[in-house]
Amino acid sequence: MSVFGPVVKIHPVVLASICDSYERRNEGASRVIGTLLGTIDKHSIEVTNCFSVPHNESEDEVAVDMEFAKNMYELHKRVSPTEVIIGWYATGFDITEHSVLIHEYYSREATNPIHLTADTALQSGKMNIRAYVSAQMGVPGKTVGVMFTPLSVKYIYYDTERIGVDLLQRTRMTPGRTKGLTSDLSQVAGSASRVQDMLTTVLAYIEDVLSGKVTADNSVGRFLMDLVNKVPTISAEDFENMLNSNINDLLMVTYLSNLTQAQIALNEKLVLL
Amino acid sequence: MYSPEDTEMASTAGTLDSPVKQIQIEGMVVLKIIKHYQEEGQGSEVVQGVLLGLVVEDRLEITNCFPFPQHTEDDADFDEVQYQMEMMRSLRHVNIDHLHVGWYQSTYYGSFVSRALLDSQFSYQHAIEESVVLIYDPIKTGQGSLSLKAYRLTPKLMEICKEKDFTPEGLKKANIGFEHMFEEVPIVIRNSHLINVLMWELEDKSTVADKHELLNLSSSNHLEKSLQLLMDRVDDMSQDIVKFNTYSRNLSKQQQQKHQYLQRRQQENAQRQSRGEPQLPEEDINKMFKPPQPPPRMDTLLIAGQVNNYCQNVKEFTSQNLGKLFMAEALQGHN
Repeated sequence: MSVFGPVVKIHPVVLASICDSYERRNEGASRVIGTLLGTIDKHSIEVTNCFSVPHNESEDEVAVDMEFAKNMYELHKRVSPTEVIIGWYATGFDITEHSVLIHEYYSREATNPIHLTADTALQSGKMNIRAYVSAQMGVPGKTVGVMFTPLSVKYIYYDTERIGVDLLQRTRMTPGRTKGLTSDLSQVAGSASRVQDMLTTVLAYIEDVLSGKVTADNSVGRFLMDLVNKVPTISAEDFENMLNSNINDLLMVTYLSNLTQAQIALNEKLVLL
Repeated sequence: MYSPEDTEMASTAGTLDSPVKQIQIEGMVVLKIIKHYQEEGQGSEVVQGVLLGLVVEDRLEITNCFPFPQHTEDDADFDEVQYQMEMMRSLRHVNIDHLHVGWYQSTYYGSFVSRALLDSQFSYQHAIEESVVLIYDPIKTGQGSLSLKAYRLTPKLMEICKEKDFTPEGLKKANIGFEHMFEEVPIVIRNSHLINVLMWELEDKSTVADKHELLNLSSSNHLEKSLQLLMDRVDDMSQDIVKFNTYSRNLSKQQQQKHQYLQRRQQENAQRQSRGEPQLPEEDINKMFKPPQPPPRMDTLLIAGQVNNYCQNVKEFTSQNLGKLFMAEALQGHN
């Protein structure tokens, strides 16, 4: 199934906000909707922010607080003037008829809005996140219908966001779903152990190939070649020198900062005499 | 590398009797703060925002946040309070906790101990007892590990700010050193089950991170900038010390002059008494010798605190880099 249209790039902030607003929904509401903010490029749409909009939904009618939506958008615009309304989101598995109405409203706010669904009720066992764009369909001359065509979804991160998300990933492991922030050498140790895990996986694969269990893949072999060659070959002497000079720099800086701290502590005591 | 100061700070943080002993942050708040800095904070100094949440027993739970717009000159009629009120009112409609519990700020290489921060935090803590300020360091986070710290003012410092008594005598009475200005509250990140599901999904769908910034060996750039800032602060400090020294010298000189004048007066009076003439009237000494103004000590405290912070950061950075260098040595050794 090929997908036409732009690629939708989502930041994890948006998904976390959607989950959070789903958790805080009013009693009796089965889903929440909200506005998506972001930037539009030639070939892609980047979703960077969102806010939820209160709405009431029943069997035959739907009411959306449009005033609220406009207000919130104005407030958000003050902080990040580059973000525009690019669509809306709804939690839940399917697209209902009410979605069409809401989509119509949003087409007034933005050109060709996208519609994002996130299955927070986990009806299919996974949280399916899909994006759609509406397209007209029907027989010309007669009543025109609306069809939602799916778009491909990608997740993108800023570098710092990636690091944040990595930290958040680790809350999955502990039972209380909590994680403290570590500091100092333990971080380096953690990072090194992660690289070590990756190396063990690679080694296991190599063992399998050598013993004939898995057929060798040329591209993987090339990557392995790159990996081994990445460790630079420097003569032992030169490396010793580089290492020692770096270590000396760092030790000197440590000594100086300790000295400064002692100095200000002394100054404190003298002044308060 | 743990120095005595580290353990001392850790112990003071553990034995404080403030209402907040731990901060619990939702994962979403962390992501929002990161995003805010990333998008809006590249050019200017700091980005700020408000934290919302509630207090549960001795924990402060932060469940949401929203950013503050930048202060621009061409937006003079912008009303911050109104923005805040409107934001909170709107958030209440969607069942988000609308209790103000603190604020966050980004920092540049750890330089956040300033008068402005102190004043803001004081007004927050005065109004809401449990409020904290979250300091987010984007540069340190970019180097591989999330750097988010929560600070409150110690009760002693609150007292002093209330009285606005920043003279040396006032500070001596309260016995405040630069280490007792801020207390750090430990942070814990908590995610709900749904967010955990989201995390599994994300890990599934997105590519493995190909940048392991934490294991990067290059350190000179960062060290240079940190040391530059440290040197500037130490210069400020030395100027301040010079000012204080001149003040105390002036004071002692003045004391001497007063003493001499009094003695001369007494001698003259004794002479006149012996001659039977009327004594010279006692003049108001204070009007003649105006005591010099004692310089305010608050700036010194702030500078000392800032220097301390820089030193801590530099030490942490160097200890990490030393570890990395030794690892690189081991790698070369096997080659």
